[in-house]
Amino acid sequence: MTTGVEGYMYPNEITLYWSVLIVLYPYITGLVAGAFILASLERVFRVDAIKPTYRLALLTALAFLVVAPLPLQLHLGHPERSFEMYFTPHRTSAMAMFGFVYLWYLMAVLTVEIWLDYRRDIVVMAQSSSGLKRWIYQVLTLGSNNISERALAIDERVGWLITLIGIPSAFLLHGYVGFIFGSIKANPWWSSPLMPVVFIFSAMVSGIAAVMLLYMLIMRLRREKIDMLCMDTIASYLFYIFIIDFSLEMLDLIHRIYEADESFRTLNFMVHTKLYFSQIVLQIFVGTLTPIVLLALTQVLKLPEIARKRIYTVAGCLTLIGIFAMRWNVVIGGQLFSKSFLGYTTYKMALATREGLLMSIALTILPLFILWVLVKLLPPWPEKVQSGTSAASAAN
Amino acid sequence: MNISRRQMLILLPAAAVAWESVLAGTPESSPNYKMTDHWWSMLIDISKCIGCGNCVRACQAENDVPDGFFRTWVERYHVTDWHLENPEVISPDGGKEGFPSVTEDDNGKYFFVPKLCNHCADSPCTQVCPVGATFISPDGVVLIDQTYCLGCAYCVQACPYGCRYIHPQKKVADKCTLCYHRITKGLTTACCEACPTGARQLADLKNPKDPIHEFLRTHNVQILKPQMATGAKVFYNDLDGSVR
Repeated sequence: MTTGVEGYMYPNEITLYWSVLIVLYPYITGLVAGAFILASLERVFRVDAIKPTYRLALLTALAFLVVAPLPLQLHLGHPERSFEMYFTPHRTSAMAMFGFVYLWYLMAVLTVEIWLDYRRDIVVMAQSSSGLKRWIYQVLTLGSNNISERALAIDERVGWLITLIGIPSAFLLHGYVGFIFGSIKANPWWSSPLMPVVFIFSAMVSGIAAVMLLYMLIMRLRREKIDMLCMDTIASYLFYIFIIDFSLEMLDLIHRIYEADESFRTLNFMVHTKLYFSQIVLQIFVGTLTPIVLLALTQVLKLPEIARKRIYTVAGCLTLIGIFAMRWNVVIGGQLFSKSFLGYTTYKMALATREGLLMSIALTILPLFILWVLVKLLPPWPEKVQSGTSAASAAN
Repeated sequence: MNISRRQMLILLPAAAVAWESVLAGTPESSPNYKMTDHWWSMLIDISKCIGCGNCVRACQAENDVPDGFFRTWVERYHVTDWHLENPEVISPDGGKEGFPSVTEDDNGKYFFVPKLCNHCADSPCTQVCPVGATFISPDGVVLIDQTYCLGCAYCVQACPYGCRYIHPQKKVADKCTLCYHRITKGLTTACCEACPTGARQLADLKNPKDPIHEFLRTHNVQILKPQMATGAKVFYNDLDGSVR
């Protein structure tokens, strides 16, 4: 029972209760929030250059948001009781608000925005397709078939408003996840008012990197030309937000080192031993400094297109690894040391259990599969829709 | 016996109601117990603890505590000279079977610290529970409604003292109940009863005749991690500064 323990742990602390699934939870919600914020840049702040990724970003956010509660659900001792969080939420609990924040974001923001944005296309596709597809699109119109200019102008205005509400909502969704950890005073590794802010910025970084990679991948699969102006713009946003994110994390680190409170020696030792690979190597060097330097190169030097594409691909992948490592270090790292500050335990990931490695891999792949279905159902790129429109007008 | 159709129509729902009550079981009655008359706490006298592990065994037997988890446990501290920040602490199997003997070849001191849920008045664990399955009762005992708990383990993370765990079979949070089933009947806790030296004393802060008041007035008493501001109600006499 006590294998993997160094020094002294309170006897009930030897087992870790928040597993890799709880690492996935902030990772996935972070991708949602980041992808949404990227989309809102185009919609609210009129950054036209990134228009090619607007719809893809929204669909990515939706695909990941649908999966976001699954790791939580699978982790619960009694998943069948989770609905109690909706019916009898405990007002003082940070976690009790998850269901509401989640539902608000899913139902009031993301699906409404996607629906409004796609409404015209859905109506057109409902008219131009046949069989099951036609039936699906007809259901998706929700009986709203008016695509007159006036109706579309209203859609546009409401969509804009929803995005405007959506930005603070996205911040709320992920900042709130940070607060769940940051408000635990018993755990000095988590307890920090910076936690929600760091979570928000790391979310933006991961979401933007994910959409950038997905866009390049899909364009490659579709054998279409990558819009480099769009990629360059996204990469510059990624770069600047990454710098803010890294600065905040360093501020937290420097503050801890300088203040050196009662937990410092324990945490410092942990970072240099048990978390050395995941924190120093993966998170800081591989997942943060390397992509920042790579992205900085593209900002400073005039590199040819092929080089920029490769740099964006490598930097994007490393970013996603780095942010995953960051979530890992927060969630797992926060449970590796004893609250007595006298010892350390070890996390042993199971393989094929409900909270094991295979399940977490499945949960990572699932949103990509959902995204594939969504992209098939609601093509994000105009050319497809245009052909649909022309088919529809031909039919008319 | 002949039962008419009319009688049957009356009997069937009556039987159903009766069966419901059979299934629900009879709540344990404590007719003379009034929750608002009590505010429970515990007094632990470090100088009296001999590390025998009786309390841990009694607790496990009384409360059916699963192996490897502890509602109460005993730690042995070894502090050398001025190294208060680096005590050497052990608690083999929660101190259930006592402790290995020591060789007295250094200038350090050894002492035992029994631990249990501090039944905090401002407990972080009840604060974070998303459904309110864990709560503080009007008599000051932090309890868990295990038929309601989701098993999310947020309370386990929030407890600064490491007193909570997820029950491996029930998949819900579990911890010391201060033997609520006993104290509401006028008994003391299993651990206090089993302690051979009286190092653990159940105390009722609302009872003016409880000896704890005199004790608190005349001794140097401390709680664990006062900086956490949890309103802990387990009071330690003679607590060394190295204990955390």
